[in-house]
Amino acid sequence: MAIEIRVPALGESVTEATIGQWFKKPGDAVSADEPLVELETDKVTIEVPAPASGKLTEIAAKTGETVEVGALLGKMEEGPACAPGSQEGKAEREAVTARETEPAAEPSQAKAAPAAPPPAAGHPAPAGKTHPALSPAVRRLVAEKNVDVSQIAGSGKGGRILKEDVLAHIARQAAAPRAQPIQAVPARAPVPPEDAAREERVKMSRLRLTIARRLKEAQNTAAMLTTFNEVDMSEVMSLRAAYKDLFIKKHGVKLGFMSFFIRAVTHALKEIPAVNAEIDGEEIVYKNYYHIGVAVGTEKGLVVPVVREADSLSLAEIEKAIADFAARARAGKLKLEEMQGGTFTITNGGIYGSLMSTPILNLPQSGILGMHKIMQRAMVMPDGSIQARPMMYLALTYDHRIVDGKEAVTFLVRVKEFLEDPKRLILDL
Amino acid sequence: MAEQFDLVVIGSGPGGYVCAIRAAQLGLKVAVVEKRSSFGGTCLNIGCIPSKALLHVSERFAEAAHGFAAMGICGCKPKIDVAAMQAYKDKVVEANTRGIAFLFKKNKIASFIGTGRIVEAGRVQVMPSDGAPVELEAQAIVIATGSDSAALPFLEVDEKTILSSTGALALGTVPKSLVVIGAGVIGLELGSVWRRLGAEVTVIEYLDRILPGMDGEIAKVLHRELKKQGMAFHLGTKVTQAKTTQRSVTLSVEPAGGGKGQTIKAQKALVAIGRVPYTQGLGLADIGLETDERGRIPVDESFETKIAGIYAIGDVIAGPMLAHKAEEEGVAVAEILGGLPGEVNHDIIPAVVYTTPEAASVGKTEEELKAAGVDHVVGKFNFMANGRAKAMNETAGLVKILADAKTDRVLGAHILGPMAGEMIHEIAVLMEFGGSAEDLARTCHAHPTLSEAVREAALAVAGRAIHS
Repeated sequence: MAIEIRVPALGESVTEATIGQWFKKPGDAVSADEPLVELETDKVTIEVPAPASGKLTEIAAKTGETVEVGALLGKMEEGPACAPGSQEGKAEREAVTARETEPAAEPSQAKAAPAAPPPAAGHPAPAGKTHPALSPAVRRLVAEKNVDVSQIAGSGKGGRILKEDVLAHIARQAAAPRAQPIQAVPARAPVPPEDAAREERVKMSRLRLTIARRLKEAQNTAAMLTTFNEVDMSEVMSLRAAYKDLFIKKHGVKLGFMSFFIRAVTHALKEIPAVNAEIDGEEIVYKNYYHIGVAVGTEKGLVVPVVREADSLSLAEIEKAIADFAARARAGKLKLEEMQGGTFTITNGGIYGSLMSTPILNLPQSGILGMHKIMQRAMVMPDGSIQARPMMYLALTYDHRIVDGKEAVTFLVRVKEFLEDPKRLILDL
Repeated sequence: MAEQFDLVVIGSGPGGYVCAIRAAQLGLKVAVVEKRSSFGGTCLNIGCIPSKALLHVSERFAEAAHGFAAMGICGCKPKIDVAAMQAYKDKVVEANTRGIAFLFKKNKIASFIGTGRIVEAGRVQVMPSDGAPVELEAQAIVIATGSDSAALPFLEVDEKTILSSTGALALGTVPKSLVVIGAGVIGLELGSVWRRLGAEVTVIEYLDRILPGMDGEIAKVLHRELKKQGMAFHLGTKVTQAKTTQRSVTLSVEPAGGGKGQTIKAQKALVAIGRVPYTQGLGLADIGLETDERGRIPVDESFETKIAGIYAIGDVIAGPMLAHKAEEEGVAVAEILGGLPGEVNHDIIPAVVYTTPEAASVGKTEEELKAAGVDHVVGKFNFMANGRAKAMNETAGLVKILADAKTDRVLGAHILGPMAGEMIHEIAVLMEFGGSAEDLARTCHAHPTLSEAVREAALAVAGRAIHS
């Protein structure tokens, strides 16, 4: 029996994905839950598993294509080793829920909590069954506008396609060719043929397009400017040197710099709440929680997993969280919800050698701290002598709409003070 | 030794008896406690059923008296034998209540007559009017004790001159004059009964419209029709005082906002200002279950009260005081207790007013959509233009369908006309499936039927009704 493989629910407000790698080709045997194809979304890459065991018969959407939630990816035939075949829809839902996606409100199965909500929007049509009968209005629209019903996810009872689903689909199709994630750019000036021949065109990945869009959004929305300060890192460095072995022995994780910075930042955020706030319409939302995003560079681009409740974590816990994030970020295995909800971000250009930079805000946050390379510099000491000190330039880019200059400068000063004298941690100064 | 049950339901009205039967279907051992000697609660005994019987009789009477001649049926000067009418009504009620008793037996549901008191979670004591109290043990208890007529502080109901709906249903003669306080469903239905049978009926209402909560346009048209039937209305009027004698009642009334008053005198008065939840004798205070400021028992979305194992449904909790709403909740609780998901879609509960013309609605009113800022389109069709209605000589009224301006999804429907209460269900089913006005319009409707008016109204949403 033929089973349809469709794009599963991808998460809040994520409606499209780009097909990445197909792990199987038509004719290959597959087992239930085995990953068939990679889908790249704005934030994460997910794998779509086989809903049952059998054989992949058809690939409907090829690598590089853009597909919507509910769209047909391919077809397979159920094989002799039967998965719960008669409940393909259920198996697919359950298998997908187990993946790294944030499911929209899935309909409860039997025995679930009472008051099961009606099926949420974006619920893919049950795989392997013919579409439930189409209502008269839907049939009419389909005939009039030549719509491919298999491309539409039904939001009605039992996955039924409603008139509004078809209307929305038609609107999206009409808008799709025109809509570009980046602002309309003037057409490129003509390139002489001898240069054009040496050009290589690479389609921007979904992630890159999203990053580009969000950077422009930040620039176009916030009144961004950057204030600088510098930190003498010798105290932190000597602390690390003195206790690094004991730390790793007790906590099982290396004592890096990041935990000190995060501690310094949450300390300063508590004193200067505006930097931890966001603008919502005409209100400033002061957040009394501290979820610090830590920018991690990966092959595919920058991702910012969030260390939640950073102010209540110990230095070891912070180091562990960051190490875990970094590893999973590079493997492309971060979950969508791990990158949401941050209140402030720290980015480190220093690991690549940057001395000074002006980071761009991670909207809707109002502040971002840039760490840079620690360089020995000749500094004038209080007694007038000149010594070589390991210095780091710190940059705070902030949204001047709600953060005053005084607040921004004070914030950085506090961070500096704390890092230059970590004993203040014990005294809560 | 107390008898053990999986479920004890207190109250055998539509909420209670349906809950009990559904639970029994799911394999639970169920007992019902009822304080009346017959089952069915208010609905069967002194509410829905008897009123529908009297409405039916009085409607036929009025048709015979006023409508037959125009159709060529001559010589009809009917007289009403109220005693016989009441006997007919009583037979209807008895058939229904005995039907419940039969269903209880069929489903092996034990029943106990007496007032139910919850001793604690899991234990109910039944106090019969005579005899010793009986103790019941239950895994779950459902409170389905319904509601009672609301009273006016200065006007005590004696069911002789000052009536509640109970007395108004049981009158032995047609009163010469009847003043109805409250232009809600009950007041208008019972007012209609006696108006048709010859009483002079005056309706007093505090608000400046009848049937609060109903779509405003439908209420206005119905108001006009009732006036044509000879009912007098004093809207925007409040009753300040009452003087009762054995033979009559004199009400002092004045405009709701204050001003010059007048008196209205009638042989009898019907107090129909609403209903209040009934929880007497349950012992709620003793077990720490408080009711809210309107006497309702708070419950969560599984209909469980704050005491685990004690549930409440129907008129005794929040929501429209409708028998079928109680039934839905009864089924939901039974299913939850039976280990299945149980829920009630409170957005699609039809409501019917059994006047002539009949009014029915489901979903949102135009006022609600406007207040919520929802962009919508209205499609209307008058029964005057419907072939069947014309053939039946019942052309008053209209169908009104409200659809979302962008998605065409039907958000509400209101019907005033013959069989409105039956026709509304086609739209309720459509709404349950998220259907659009176009779906309705493109479904074939038999001709000639009243339901074609529903289809035409749906076409009117798209601005393309054929027959108007």
